[in-house]
Amino acid sequence: MHELSIAMSIVELAEEEAERRGVQVEAVHLKLGALSGVVKAALLSCYEMACEGTPLEGSRLLIDEVPVVIFCPSCRAQRPLNSVQLFCCSECGTPASAVVQGKELEVVALEIKECAPNPV
Amino acid sequence: MRPEPRLIEVRKNVLKQNDVVARALRDRFHAAGVFVVSLVSSPGSGKTAFLEKTLTLLRPNHRVAALVGDLATENDALRLARSQAPVKQITTGTLCHLEAAMVQKALEEEQWDLNQLDFLFIENVGNLVCPSSYDLGEDLRLVLISVTEGEDKPLKYPTIFNSADVSIVTKLDLAAAVEFSWQTAYNNIQAVRPGMPVFKVSAKTGDGMEKYLEFLATRLSELRPASVV
Repeated sequence: MHELSIAMSIVELAEEEAERRGVQVEAVHLKLGALSGVVKAALLSCYEMACEGTPLEGSRLLIDEVPVVIFCPSCRAQRPLNSVQLFCCSECGTPASAVVQGKELEVVALEIKECAPNPV
Repeated sequence: MRPEPRLIEVRKNVLKQNDVVARALRDRFHAAGVFVVSLVSSPGSGKTAFLEKTLTLLRPNHRVAALVGDLATENDALRLARSQAPVKQITTGTLCHLEAAMVQKALEEEQWDLNQLDFLFIENVGNLVCPSSYDLGEDLRLVLISVTEGEDKPLKYPTIFNSADVSIVTKLDLAAAVEFSWQTAYNNIQAVRPGMPVFKVSAKTGDGMEKYLEFLATRLSELRPASVV
């Protein structure tokens, strides 16, 4: 169960970005690959806890799940993987171990609110 | 009126910090010509016994050292020290995996001269889930399954098998007692990681160790093509 430390890293990363740009974060958009080793439900439940006491408190985590895509050496093409229990081409059945997509654990964007300048 | 939320692009890897440290470690290891092997498995599949045997058998002809991660005890380090190789314990507390920064810190504390090493082994915490996400700067990641765990471990934990380079089936001396099917286990490993090299060993009897050590020696010579090993 390492989702809490992952959630804390996400919060830290978003906080840095927000501070650098002088903005307030409403939501964090995350790409999560099926082979990232991180469980979506666990990450979501840890996120709120990780945000507590930080400028991100009250923000949302929006997770875009990324399916696995492999490169089939026979078809010489990228193919979606039907099951992580069987790494083979979904078209021709050739075993394939080259993962093209599905390991992502990436903050792609922040939904922000511009901080209004203090009224004079 | 509430302003419309705006989207700004970030595109940053969450584990960037770990990856940066791991990359620096890998560069350092390669510059020193040391081949680094990490071991992952579930608790109790025989990582420490396997590593002790590995260190003992390599020591006459190679310079070896080991870092060993454990939640709370120093038992593993004490066991590995019997091989007379330099061993450093990394106690992780409640953390379920090793991170690159912990490896870096342990190396700093120990002050080993990496130039004087052929192989450095890193034994991860017993866990088949969390270690898969963390690069430790290793050249080779071994995933161990013991015959007593059942042949379907690879299907239950495809992510860690997919992040590893080589699979080791341990406790071969118990295979008959638990009616272990080598073919089924092998097929399951190949299903989640086609082409993965698999070695079957018994750290107790030494069975199968020679073939695996030859494999390591070959990988070491590939790392140092120009120099005489």
